[in-house]
Amino acid sequence: MLGGADPARRRRADDPSSGRPEARHRPARRPGVLRSTLIAAASTVLVFGAIGWFLVNAPGWARVQASFFNGEVFARSFPAIAGSFWVNVQLFLVAEVLILLLGLLVAVLRSLPGPVFFPLRFLSTVYVDVFRALPGVLVIYILGFGIPGLGIVGVPVEPFLYAVVALTLIYSAYVSEVYRSGIDSVHPSQSAAARSLGLSHWQTLRFVVIPQAVRRVIPPLLNDFIGLQKDTVLVSYIGVVEIFRQSYIKQAGSFNFTPYMATALVFIIVTIPLARLTDWLISRDRRRQAGGGVR
Amino acid sequence: MTRPVGHPALRIEGLYKAFERTEVLRGVDLTVEEHEVVCLIGASGSGKSTLLRCLNLLEPIDAGRIYLGSDELTAPGADINRVRRRVGMVFQAFNLFPHMSVLDNVTLAPRKVLKTPRGQAEADAAALLDRFGLADKRSEYPDRLSGGQQQRVAIVRALAMRPDLLLLDEVTSALDPELVAEVLALVRELAAGGMTMLIATHEMGFARDIANRVCFLDGGVILEQGPPDAIFRAPREARTRQFLDRIIQAGRL
Repeated sequence: MLGGADPARRRRADDPSSGRPEARHRPARRPGVLRSTLIAAASTVLVFGAIGWFLVNAPGWARVQASFFNGEVFARSFPAIAGSFWVNVQLFLVAEVLILLLGLLVAVLRSLPGPVFFPLRFLSTVYVDVFRALPGVLVIYILGFGIPGLGIVGVPVEPFLYAVVALTLIYSAYVSEVYRSGIDSVHPSQSAAARSLGLSHWQTLRFVVIPQAVRRVIPPLLNDFIGLQKDTVLVSYIGVVEIFRQSYIKQAGSFNFTPYMATALVFIIVTIPLARLTDWLISRDRRRQAGGGVR
Repeated sequence: MTRPVGHPALRIEGLYKAFERTEVLRGVDLTVEEHEVVCLIGASGSGKSTLLRCLNLLEPIDAGRIYLGSDELTAPGADINRVRRRVGMVFQAFNLFPHMSVLDNVTLAPRKVLKTPRGQAEADAAALLDRFGLADKRSEYPDRLSGGQQQRVAIVRALAMRPDLLLLDEVTSALDPELVAEVLALVRELAAGGMTMLIATHEMGFARDIANRVCFLDGGVILEQGPPDAIFRAPREARTRQFLDRIIQAGRL
């Protein structure tokens, strides 16, 4: 915030002019960097070149190329596939907000002290255990077909709705554990200080513990959201026409697997930035801790 | 101040506290009068911190009674949060909230617990910070302050609730030697202002200077108490003499 005052970096920048003994070794470092970059580049080209050569010279390459990398099919199916991805994005966005809320609620319920809250603790523990145990596809099936199947008047039949509910239930179980580890990582002395000032249990959680916990778990939360982003394709099983369903339709129409490759490409394009962001946040956190609390 | 005459600020009767099987406090009786400064001394593990933590019910007690003025904290159904508002506590490791600025650290409890409007709470906090030489640290985060500054902020945070009684738990033990003085100076100023304080400390020189009464805690009871001169110059109990001899050998008196 305050002019990027990262002490470690500043110290490094000061080095050449500081005239300290280490500074004399500095000129040797640049060729070292260049050399390792060159080695990295060369070995990368070599490894990937070898893999590529191996694939292209495989006996069935011509067939695979025709059915997976058909440019014409790609051009024909890509617009519809990318268009259906909007359904995944909507699913992801709605579910993510609900997951952040439900996950936090469950984590807080599980951390309630005292015998009075035993039923709530018990229920939330059972919930987390069950939904982490069940394969996601099963949850989606059971909810998506089971509940509308009951035929109760007024119960909606929209598959999109059940898709959101199922993803929310599955992922909130994981996310609540992430929150809980964050809550547990806030030292008890913080609660002691808050309680000794007269704050209630809830106020302590709300103003002291949760704000610190959430900050610490942002990287693992993002990691879970990368998983969620991909798992949105699972709801194709209950009839939501999203990207995976769309690519299946295109595949069935063309007897060619290229539409799946188009789908893979879309996910790579969308997920990699999120993964980079996560890594960046993790390393920034590490730098902060090492740098002694730069905010 | 509105307290009926005749009630001490704090009265402890027969306080027992055990962790698992270890009895830490075995019948502590102690009275602190209003405007009195009482120092608790004793070896590490003698129960000084536990005693302080029991007094604002951070630790549940096993037996005994604690009175704050005329109110019994240990009465069944006593409102714990209400009690804690009246008892300020300062910890060895400061325990400031690292995600909040100094000003927010100080105003959190007045705003959320006493429901003081933000503007009023901030003005009060600013005045307190000013008084203790922390005016320019208002918008800093705790990690950017020295240990001494952090501990002074922690004391200000406790004062912002206008407590009847302030508990200080070895407030200088986590500080570099050169930072101890600024914190002790603040505590002296509070004592001079008439703040009622119960102080657990290893700083014997400080205890001798500031305390109206010194209590030597040993084996879970207050073995000996009296004016600092009496305790430090002519202790009656062999255990007290032993403890003070060790302190003198360590060059801390």
